Amino acid sequence: MTKSATVLAGLIGVLAIAAGFAPARAAPAEENYRLYCVQCHGTLGNGEGINQTSGGLAVSPRNHANAKQMSELSDDHLRQAITGGGDAVDSSELMPAWGKTLTAEEIDELVLYLRELCRCEASRQ
Amino acid sequence: MGGVRFSVIVVAGLVFLAPASPAAALDGAALAAENCAGCHDFSGPAPATFQGVLERRAPDLFYAGSKFNRPWLVEWLQAPTLIRRAGVMFLNNIVNEDGRDRIREASVMPCPAKLGAGEAEAVADYLMTLEDPAMAVGVVDPERDFKARKALRMFTKQLPCIGCHRIRFRKKEMGGISGPDLANAGARLNPDWIYARIENPQYWDPKTWMPRIEMSHRKREMLALFLAAMK
Repeated sequence: MTKSATVLAGLIGVLAIAAGFAPARAAPAEENYRLYCVQCHGTLGNGEGINQTSGGLAVSPRNHANAKQMSELSDDHLRQAITGGGDAVDSSELMPAWGKTLTAEEIDELVLYLRELCRCEASRQ
Repeated sequence: MGGVRFSVIVVAGLVFLAPASPAAALDGAALAAENCAGCHDFSGPAPATFQGVLERRAPDLFYAGSKFNRPWLVEWLQAPTLIRRAGVMFLNNIVNEDGRDRIREASVMPCPAKLGAGEAEAVADYLMTLEDPAMAVGVVDPERDFKARKALRMFTKQLPCIGCHRIRFRKKEMGGISGPDLANAGARLNPDWIYARIENPQYWDPKTWMPRIEMSHRKREMLALFLAAMK
């Protein structure tokens, strides 16, 4: 590899990390979302997962792709909902508590991933 | 002494007269290797990575003897039915149409192996030897009384179980499909294994999408009794 190519590769890496596309963070969160969340929240994150569309859920799962609704929820609210389940945030008990299944780090990563899905930030923390 | 000798002769005669068990002549382990090992894992451990879970083709059987009730196994092995409506791993079978996920038709099929009666007995005998030595036994007494309405409320309202599992209660079917159907869980599953699975799903399957949820022994026992009564 020439010196200029090495510099270019390094620059691309720095830009990718700065833009938030570091694969070491995004991949596990996306995997965890697919493994644990998609069954109810759906492959598009819009709340239309197989447990919902098959008629299994009495309460519709949250639409993670809805920027307006999601921006009203703080990151801490999302963290509490994932950790302690719906009951922890006065929502449906159909949302399980994942705090004994996922680590605190994995849950933090999922919160970041939810922000990517909704393409939104919390309007308040 | 004469009485003992007579008893021995009678017992020996009974053994001689008893019809030979077809299972005795068949090698259950060899039959399982031939008919089941192409899809099922008999040795463990369960996959510990996301990719491993995607590649699993059928439920793990290396703790089948702790998990199943033998009579159900014998019957099912002769006429397999679908237990997981979304397949062994739901992500492999999803299509999205108009923004809604559903399970692709014909992508989820029951186990294709249909064994003869003798073969089923032999394979069931073999499967029942595959026990998890660490699982506590005798924890749940299926004869113990429990309040079905209260247990139903736990299963459907206070805990998220109904979201992924289908059950039948007083002829009414309800529940999601990403987990195994539990409408006949009592016929299929050992009550002690139901209890142990609820207590720590990740012990059995590190990457299962069933959450580990803390609850008291009494509540877990009630759930196990509720499911053990579903036949």
